[in-house]
Amino acid sequence: MARTRLARLRPALGVVPFGVYLLIFLVVPTVTVVIGAFAEDGRPSLANLAGLVEPSVLTALLNSVLVSAVTALIGGVVGALVAYAVVTGKPDGALRRLVTSVCGVLAQFGGVTLAFAFIATLGISGVVSTWLDANLGTGLTSSVWLFGLKGLVLVYAYFQIPLMVIVFLPALDGVRVQWREAASNLGATTWQYWRLVGLPLLTPAFLGSLLLLFANSFAAYATAAALVSQGSPIIPLWIRSALTSEVVLGRQNFAYALALEMIVIVAVVMAGYSLLVRRTARWVR
Amino acid sequence: MGPVSGTVTRGTSPQRAARRRLTVFRVVVLGLVGLFFVVPLVSMLDFSTRSFRTGGRTGAAWAKLVTDPQLSGAIVTSLVLAVLTVVLMVVLLVPTMIWVRLRVPWAARPLEFLCLLPLTVPPLVIVVGLKNVVLWLNYLFGDTPYVLALLYVVLVLPYAYRALDAGLSAIDVTTLAEAARSLGAGWATVIVRVVVPNLTTALLSAAFISIALVLGEFTFASLLNYDTLQVAINLQAKSDAQESIAASLASILFAAVLLVVLSVVSGGRRRRSASASARTTAVTTGTPAPTTPAQA
Repeated sequence: MARTRLARLRPALGVVPFGVYLLIFLVVPTVTVVIGAFAEDGRPSLANLAGLVEPSVLTALLNSVLVSAVTALIGGVVGALVAYAVVTGKPDGALRRLVTSVCGVLAQFGGVTLAFAFIATLGISGVVSTWLDANLGTGLTSSVWLFGLKGLVLVYAYFQIPLMVIVFLPALDGVRVQWREAASNLGATTWQYWRLVGLPLLTPAFLGSLLLLFANSFAAYATAAALVSQGSPIIPLWIRSALTSEVVLGRQNFAYALALEMIVIVAVVMAGYSLLVRRTARWVR
Repeated sequence: MGPVSGTVTRGTSPQRAARRRLTVFRVVVLGLVGLFFVVPLVSMLDFSTRSFRTGGRTGAAWAKLVTDPQLSGAIVTSLVLAVLTVVLMVVLLVPTMIWVRLRVPWAARPLEFLCLLPLTVPPLVIVVGLKNVVLWLNYLFGDTPYVLALLYVVLVLPYAYRALDAGLSAIDVTTLAEAARSLGAGWATVIVRVVVPNLTTALLSAAFISIALVLGEFTFASLLNYDTLQVAINLQAKSDAQESIAASLASILFAAVLLVVLSVVSGGRRRRSASASARTTAVTTGTPAPTTPAQA
């Protein structure tokens, strides 16, 4: 028994280097955050967690949730429409291949470059904002809306919509033509088909995608960091100021508490997502 | 409604009306959304080539990508980091994945879980927890931006894992290994000279997505104070917005070319890898799932 177990374990030595790497660069940081959130000056303490309920931090959390929810909803609805427009075309047509490739690329964007794309478009001397001001009399070039929450919502849509297209296409693919035909044969109108068959089937997949989009935007940092250079209206930017200025709200380890808050929220949302995906997987091929 | 069921009864007018409505819907949706995605890119081109003094066109901002030492230095740093990350990723991940398939199958699920974990733990959280590890790395290797490569492997892990996993699933690793072993090959030969040459496409995909991610990475570099491409672009904006926007557009185009090549290269595998990845993050493009854009 002992021998066989030993023999079974010897090949496992081969995964040790990778295991050590993961331990140092993935497990240690995560554990550091969790432990650090409950400590201050090397002693166990709840002071950092208490900081999370200070009004300014709570406002940032509320803003973060709001921005994430709104971009998830916009990205979800627009993305679903695009996915539907694609799915009604030829299954292996050029349009479908083009849209999926482009979405695969665009969902990876974000970050500094994306922020600058919108600054060039709608910023103070942006191309579109200047044109709109000159021709339609809007006040875009003298406004700083792009650098606040509204701006974040618009800019985040740029990677949320493509992500939605990518995650929602498989669900739409799973809706079979035969179901539609069966419904028509039984005398259902288009509206009845959607209300009684199509939408109920797609709802879990849609809600799951919304959760994924929510987590995606909740954890996004670089775009916001490049766009919003002053103040910390959302949680990721609070983490920035906690990291760069060492002591925030009189607390050393506050960054850990904020990071823990982020892990918990993202983990809960992603758990919901995987539950819904499992539900969808029952009928998607 | 699927590809409308009216192929048989094409002539009848209600079907035709529905078809026309669908076409109008598709054109409007794709047109408007397409516009939303194209306008910022065109604006960047326009903005970066505009001459504010003469009102004409100028390539001055683009020329600075090469002539401005700060920016070109950062570009070089990022490119070297991309290469280092790919090398480290391949060295760490490829032998491990092959070995797990061949000899330690019980470790397959834990390996998958750990490799996909960075999708759920945001990079921002990892960087908060990494402060001590980085101090230690600086002690070992000195204060060089290239230590970032070690951290970037974590970021690219889920994407590289998916690409490689799809490649490994497409070939019969066990048979290949048994054949090679029975001909007297050692395990190193099996991995390096038998299995890896069959993984070229998967390796290319993994490398391309890693390069694209590293070149776009901002979170780690800026919070750890290293001057990479994205950090330089962000800093430069304060003195010369046109130059920053030219650099942004250049890096977007470069990443886009990489990812498009990638989706063409891995396009053939799209269908097969789909069901495997749907389990964890339901994504089916040729590009490995962009669930949480690491740089977003």
